[in-house]
Parts: sequence; C-alpha cells; structure tokens
Amino acid sequence: MSVDLPAGRRRIEQLLADHQDQLIKRWAQTAKASADELTEIYEALRSAIAGDDRDLTDVRGLLAELSRSRARRGFTPSDTARAVFGLKEAVYELVETDATPDTMRGFIWFSLLMDDLGLFTFETFATAREKIIIEQTEQLLELSTPVVAIWEGILAVPLVGTLDSARTQVVMEKLLQALVDTGAEHAVIDITGVPAVDTQVAQHLLKTIVAARLMGAECVISGIRPQIAHSIVTLGIEFGDIVTKATLADALAHALRRSGVLTTERKATRIAIRAEDA
Amino acid sequence: MERVPILKIGDILIVSIQVDLEDQSVLTLQEDLAEAVVKHAARGVIIDISVVEIVDSFIGRMLATIAGMSRMLDAQTVVVGMRPAVAITLVELGLNLGGVRTALNLEKGIALLDHVRSAAR
Repeated sequence: MSVDLPAGRRRIEQLLADHQDQLIKRWAQTAKASADELTEIYEALRSAIAGDDRDLTDVRGLLAELSRSRARRGFTPSDTARAVFGLKEAVYELVETDATPDTMRGFIWFSLLMDDLGLFTFETFATAREKIIIEQTEQLLELSTPVVAIWEGILAVPLVGTLDSARTQVVMEKLLQALVDTGAEHAVIDITGVPAVDTQVAQHLLKTIVAARLMGAECVISGIRPQIAHSIVTLGIEFGDIVTKATLADALAHALRRSGVLTTERKATRIAIRAEDA
Repeated sequence: MERVPILKIGDILIVSIQVDLEDQSVLTLQEDLAEAVVKHAARGVIIDISVVEIVDSFIGRMLATIAGMSRMLDAQTVVVGMRPAVAITLVELGLNLGGVRTALNLEKGIALLDHVRSAAR
C-alpha cells in the first residue's frame, strides 16, 4: 500500500506540514475537542506518515488515551470516532482547492488511514467501558455482602438484593473466611432484604450453611417474611435441621443462648391485672 | 510413603495432617488410628486439617470412615481447622460428613470433646 501511491502520499504529507495550524484549528472546531490534545495527536500522525515504516503505535497510544478519557467523561463512542474523522473533513477542504488526480488518490489513502484510526478509538472505547462495568460489578458485590460481628463469637450477614450464584459464592467465601479470622462459632444469615427465595437461592443458602458446619460453625437463617415462608413451603424446600428464625433479634437470642452467653429463659409476657378489691 | 504421626494427650488422640496424603497413607492412617484408639483406650480423636489445601472425595470419605470407626470403639471424632476453600470443595462434591463433629481450631475441638463427654456422663 505504501509503494503504489507515493505521489499522492507525498502531497498529503506536504499539506499536513504546510497547513498545520489551519488544519488543527478547523479540526478542533469539528471535533469539539481542545486544540492542545489534537496537536499532540496531529504531530504523532504526521511523523508516523512521514516515517517509512508507517509505525502508528504512538498515534494509537494517544488515541487510546483520548478514547479512554472520553469514555470516563460519558461521551458516546460515535462522538469520539467523529472527532477523529473530523480531520478528514479539514483535510478535504484543503484538497478540494487543488483537485489533481494525485492529490485525490492521496486523500483516499489518507481517508482509509483515518477510518482505521476511528475504528480503533471505537474498539478502545468499548474496552474501556467494559472495564468500567466490570469494576463496578465487583464493587457492587463487595458493597452488598458485608459480614459483621454483632457479638463476641457471633457474626451476622445481612443480605440485601437478589441472590445469584456469583453473589452466593462471594457471600460464602467471605463468611467462611470471617469465621476463620474471628473464630466465631455462630453466624446469622439475615435474608430480610432478599426479595424472593426460589429453589436455587435456597440451594445456595444450604450450601453455605453446610460448608460453615464442616468448618465447625453453626448458621441460623433469619428474616424470613411470611410470603417467603409460604413460597418456601409451597416449593417443597427442605431446610432440614437448619434453624430458621423470623427476625434477626430472635436469631441473635438463639445464638446467644447456644453460645452460653444468655442463660435465662425468655420471660413470659406479663399480663397486668388491675386489682380492684377494696 | 509418609506415615502420619498420632499424638496422645490424656485420653485424646491428635492426628495432624501436614502433607498432601496419598491414598496408601490414608489407608495406613486408618489402621494405625484404630489400633491406637484401642491401645490407649482413647475417648476422643481430633483430626487437624488446618494446613490441608486440597481435598478430594477420597479424603472426604476417609474422614467419615475414621469417625465411624472411632464411634464403634467409643471415641468421638472432631475434625478441626478446615479451610474455607476445602469446605466449599467438599460441599460442591456433595459430601456433608454426616456424623463428624467439626470445630474451628484445635482448642475449640478439645473444648467440644470435653463438652460432649460431660453431657454424656
């Protein structure tokens, strides 16, 4: 490709060198980007075209940088690609004035080059966006699965939101690691914030509890709302000998009793009777 | 082949598994342990697997077998120090080690044995 259009290429090189300021100004207008940013890219592009080996590494690096920063600022990928194509427009305006076949051929070559670079920004943009999404998903997972110690030897895992296998895996790992780190023998898994419990979620919970048992800790499930209790029974899910409680408070009391902190039995509700004798 | 040492403290036998076990050493351990329980009239067996990183179904079954064997000889078995990764693997393998008591570490394991025995008395 570099040998068959030497005349046109040289012409474009010449144009880029001669009208640098004008081109950058025009480009900055169409691309709606700062001239400083573009100058850097422009110069890299010029030296890449002038070089015999057509080494575009520098240009690509700069474009990737531009694309990434724009992705983070919330531009659409089309905006970024259009910004790159803007240079084509600026060059075309110059080429129009001297429309020799050589120049036109050179322009076509230049245009193809810019198309490639534009598509490259598109790719970088997509990769950058994907990275952001993955990061956020991870952060969300971290945020949504805290393991807190609520008493000496008692951990609580308040679960909020839908449980899927990826999340249960994180919960399981975090809980088990916390059991090792704190030496706690009781854990309360609170599912007040879980909107629905199906067979899969139940399966995940059971796995977590069995794994905790294998390590020598007891788990209690709490926060089962009436509707969920109903759906669990309707689905025929067996919790076996796993202790379930309606509220976190009940579960905590159970754990305290089991660990021997609380020795008194629950007080019977006192019913006040007004004595009306005398 | 490596032999796993069996330590005796009072009437408790402690087996600390420090290496990746080959199948043959597992079988030898089972025999050695059964003999030791009888010889020392042990009432409790503690298997410490806190440094074991990899388990397979064979090791899982070994733990259950040892527990069953000890129970026949009137000794309680406690498996202590299981790592989270190991626990997850065993659950994924579908082994729940029914009948085996577990504790987080050796200290808690000994306390558990004491508790079980005082409750049985």
